[in-house]
Amino acid sequence: MKTSYREALRAGLKSTLNSVKNSFLIGEDVGAYGGTYAVSLNFLKEFEEGKIIDAPLSEIGFTGLGIGAAIGGMKPIVEIMTINFALLALDQIINTAAITKFMSGDQINIPLIIRMTSGGGRQLAAQHSHSLEGWLAHIPGLTILTPSSVIDARFMLEYAMKENSPVIIVEHALLFNEKADCPESVENYQIQKANVLQEGSDLTLITYGGMIPRSVKACEELKAEGKNIELIDLRVLRPLDNETIFNSIKKTHRVLIVDEGWKSGSLSAEISARIVENCFYDLDAPVQRLCRKEVPIPYAHHLEEAIIPQKDDILKKIKEMLK
Amino acid sequence: MESVKLLNLLKDMQRIRSMEELCAELYTQEKIRGFLHLYIGEEAVAAGVMSLLKPEDNVLGTYREHAHALLKGVSARKIFAEMFGRVDGCSRGRGGSMHLYSKPERFFGGTAIVASGIPQAVGLAFASKQLKENRHTICFFGEGAMAEGAFHEAMNMASLWKIPILFCCENNFYAMGTALSRSQSQTNLVLKAKAYVMEAESVDGMNVIDVVEKTSRALEFISKEQRPYFLEFQTYRFRPHSMFDPELYREKKEVEQWKTKDPIAFAKNEIIKNLTFEDEQKNFVNEWEKTLKEIQNEMKDAIQFADNSPLEDVSNLHLESW
Repeated sequence: MKTSYREALRAGLKSTLNSVKNSFLIGEDVGAYGGTYAVSLNFLKEFEEGKIIDAPLSEIGFTGLGIGAAIGGMKPIVEIMTINFALLALDQIINTAAITKFMSGDQINIPLIIRMTSGGGRQLAAQHSHSLEGWLAHIPGLTILTPSSVIDARFMLEYAMKENSPVIIVEHALLFNEKADCPESVENYQIQKANVLQEGSDLTLITYGGMIPRSVKACEELKAEGKNIELIDLRVLRPLDNETIFNSIKKTHRVLIVDEGWKSGSLSAEISARIVENCFYDLDAPVQRLCRKEVPIPYAHHLEEAIIPQKDDILKKIKEMLK
Repeated sequence: MESVKLLNLLKDMQRIRSMEELCAELYTQEKIRGFLHLYIGEEAVAAGVMSLLKPEDNVLGTYREHAHALLKGVSARKIFAEMFGRVDGCSRGRGGSMHLYSKPERFFGGTAIVASGIPQAVGLAFASKQLKENRHTICFFGEGAMAEGAFHEAMNMASLWKIPILFCCENNFYAMGTALSRSQSQTNLVLKAKAYVMEAESVDGMNVIDVVEKTSRALEFISKEQRPYFLEFQTYRFRPHSMFDPELYREKKEVEQWKTKDPIAFAKNEIIKNLTFEDEQKNFVNEWEKTLKEIQNEMKDAIQFADNSPLEDVSNLHLESW
């Protein structure tokens, strides 16, 4: 039986809350409502009191509470409904969670998980469709994970809980109904490296999160035409897995980065810069990028589709590059 | 109040003042750089509150936190070394004056983003409640913080979830250079706290006896009721906001007026008032001279220690952090 991304997240969250001592889940509508995306459905009834906490609409407040509780010896999982609302909590995330270990002379650890969804594609308009995870990846002191597969949805949280520093898990709103086989456990599971989803020799396609399913489809179609694309799912936006990226480019000599975020000052810009700094002489063609067009996301379906990279955009771009 | 107790409080206040006066001097010598915010004038608040705490209690301060760190037990040596940017500083020279941390003393900063520590303090208190640890959590902030969203979010959560925490508002009437009445619609800070269905009281922050009495009552309430408590300490900083402040926003007369309420002079007078015989009074004056010497020696030793402390090796910057 296939497991959905949502069910995998739920299973991961449930087993984590059960197995990690002093862990708790706090966030808007995580309890009585069952989670905005029904990830914590029925948890309020299933867990002991104090384990699942419905927070007031206070992103600064409950993120700060999570930080304090982590300093005080607990293992908080803070759920901020979406990355759009996380903007309200940025001060807590950046000015305390990310920097305190360093600023305190390596004394104060903050083992904090922050979960949130990101991305567009559901006609929710500009304030509910941001892809700002690349922004968060700018900050030293944070680990940024982007589960794109059912397996990562199931296991990333458990492994992130072992870190002694803040980890932000950015899920993609479009992935919740994606289904796949989900094993009970995965040998040598890690949250440090990117995954090569498909090996190839003609071009490297680097992407993550919500752009994965459409990239997989594009690669399949290209394969039918005899073009072998190496598809990399970054999984970890900070710290970036340079090794996997560079090794692939040394093999394919061509690279396309697909990022749902804007292009200017972005994660795609960072990856591009690292490739140029380290693999310049391995490249047979300039690094290319496909990103969200530089406007806010509009409500109308056709306009939104025109702004976020689609499967056909990826196909077209790769064909141009391989001409 | 017993005179021994009052004498100890007086000593604590004097330790703060001596340290802060030396900070100002060392700043002009460029031994201390960056921002430096002095606590001179407000000593009764930290001295009174901290005198009631145990080592296991949690304290969070602001960027004007040298006094709180010192009285929580962080040594003057480590504080000066931090301000000198040395490796023996309590934050290894990475935080400076505004970011003193010391985990063993459970002193958790030192934050320079106004009000950002308040929800974190609620989190610390939440953790000690959940983990059934018997410790108080004390959160200091200025009245300026009470205009920030973080304050209101934290107050709401603390009251809603019955979190045992003491909120200590050090109301020195100016958020940097903006007077309370020019920046907040409700200047009765106790009323603001009470709006969150919380016990709240105003304290004469220039009178260490009042500080101790009311804080002691608040801590008892928190222990017994397992609920938050808010105290507003009305106080005044005699010095500029920071070393860069030309003080255009307040009258010299106002500062002079507040100086007549100097918390150290007040406590000294209280002690002398209780001494009936002239030789007792003389004795006290002599003893106090000795105490001043002791404090001077403590600070001199601390500064020497800081001066001799090495600089952090630059290659250590990436070692343990990430």
